[in-house]
Amino acid sequence: MGQITLQNVQKAFGPVHIIKGANLDIDDGSFVVFVGPSGCGKTTLLRLIAGLEDVTDGRILIDGKNVVAVPPAKRGLSMVFQSYALYPHMSVRGNIAFGLKMAGLPKAEINRKVEAAAATLNLTPYLERKPRELSGGQRQRVAIGRAIVREPKAFLFDEPLSNLDAALRVQMRLEVTRLQKQLATTAIYVTHDQVEAMTMADKIVVLNAGQIEQYGTPLELYEKPANLFVAGFIGSPKMNFVNGEAAAKFGAATIGVRPEHLKIARGGEGWPGKITVAEHLGSDTFLYVDAGAIGTLTARYIGELNLSAGDSIVLSPEPSRIHRFDKDGKSLRA
Amino acid sequence: MARMATKQRVAISTIGAWLAGFLIFFPILWMVLASFKTELEAFAIPPSFLFFHWTTENYATVQERSDYIHHALNSIIIAGGSTLIALLIAIPAAWSMAFSPTKRTKDVLLWMLSTKMMPPVGVLVPIYLIWRDFGLLDSLTGLIIILCLGNLPIVVWMLFTYFKEIPKDILEAARMDGATIGRELVYVLTPMAVPGLASTLLLNLILAWNEAFWTLNLSTLNAAPLTVFIASYSSPEGLFWAKLSAASTLAIAPILVLGWFSQRQLVRGLTFGAVK
Repeated sequence: MGQITLQNVQKAFGPVHIIKGANLDIDDGSFVVFVGPSGCGKTTLLRLIAGLEDVTDGRILIDGKNVVAVPPAKRGLSMVFQSYALYPHMSVRGNIAFGLKMAGLPKAEINRKVEAAAATLNLTPYLERKPRELSGGQRQRVAIGRAIVREPKAFLFDEPLSNLDAALRVQMRLEVTRLQKQLATTAIYVTHDQVEAMTMADKIVVLNAGQIEQYGTPLELYEKPANLFVAGFIGSPKMNFVNGEAAAKFGAATIGVRPEHLKIARGGEGWPGKITVAEHLGSDTFLYVDAGAIGTLTARYIGELNLSAGDSIVLSPEPSRIHRFDKDGKSLRA
Repeated sequence: MARMATKQRVAISTIGAWLAGFLIFFPILWMVLASFKTELEAFAIPPSFLFFHWTTENYATVQERSDYIHHALNSIIIAGGSTLIALLIAIPAAWSMAFSPTKRTKDVLLWMLSTKMMPPVGVLVPIYLIWRDFGLLDSLTGLIIILCLGNLPIVVWMLFTYFKEIPKDILEAARMDGATIGRELVYVLTPMAVPGLASTLLLNLILAWNEAFWTLNLSTLNAAPLTVFIASYSSPEGLFWAKLSAASTLAIAPILVLGWFSQRQLVRGLTFGAVK
């Protein structure tokens, strides 16, 4: 079991409030991603759950039990660190076995479990090597092995893939997701990469300046962002925001349109502008359009589009795909 | 053509390095050679380099005239004792500064180092008087205390830089893995700190072994280590060059052997943190 509940969790370092009251329900077996810009408090929130930081106020429940005063060793969670944090003086076997050894398991059982974990992660040939003799991806696997071998209530991942190169990152992303589904263990995963968040998560927590902005499934966040921050943070390229008169026409202070929901209007109504940059990726075409008083708009098209910088076009938003926000940035969904 | 130039350059710098090495080593070589000469030959001008009458009579005289073993034992006790006590004090000090620093940690460290900037002779009189009043003159305890205090700042600094290099993440990982503080210390921290502790211990042993100012000023015979033993050969009755060399050779031999076997540790200790 691994159900985690946060009730008004707060953390302050001196006068600085890092976490300003977080409430969250994480279901057993789900994969939850904390995402947000640097300094938003996502790592701090993870460390509070881990017990590596003490909460200033509030309660953290694991399977219904308040663990605020329980030391990290006794919370039954395991963590994968950004720096891997492998024990440099131990072999891969020693690293993976360490938690089991601390738990006082018999030797034979430790060996059996370590070998099973190593087999899952393709680490069997490297069991007797030291961490310094491994590549970055292999080290990452050892760190994950160390986490899964203990069969914890939940895995905590602190930006585990950010030290890997792009290709390896995509591969490990898939592996971590597959592993989590296979083990059906609750996982909390911290990242600043919204693509990682969208692809891995069952549910995403968007954090900004110590506050939870929205908690929902990836598609909920994409289709129904609660406010301007979430709207701008989720989705790539970023959502276009339009203020002023054009927005007032829709009864909002600001309207947002995703680049993929801007259509080229053939002489019809819309926002006229001039293409400043056209990016041709083959699979997609990105247009950056200077639309005068409206501002700069980004538009995305599937496939190749025969347009280039300097061309004049008219862009019109798909009416059903317009997001409306009030003057405080809150969504105006009916 | 280019390859030739590189080869030549390598040859020249190799020769240069050997020359520099030889220059640095020469005084020690000369001392060892002089210790095997007669007093007359030791003074001879022009000096004879290798072709002289080799004799071990200086060593015999030195052992006969002053008790080498007695002084060597004192050196071992003073250097070893002061090093161990310094480590016992410095480990927790450096530990807390490295792992739970406060706003003033940097200042404390600088203040510690600043005590090494004052010439020892500046506090000779007060220290001498205190030692006299406490009956610590010419005692092993007195020398252990002063050498321990003198080297403590360096020991704390070295250990601090070592402990600083141990990533906090690893300690936290151990905590997440269910290790108690005690087990974290035994299974994770100590094995990672051993190289640092070893090189600090070695360097401090050498510093304490060679320390001459306090040992010469605060001891005469009973507690006198090898530095006093050497100094006794440059006396008002005359300079006994060959015997002085023999005494010096005997005095540095143990530490030279120790240094030889631990040079890798030492170099690592001295350049630690310089390169990642």
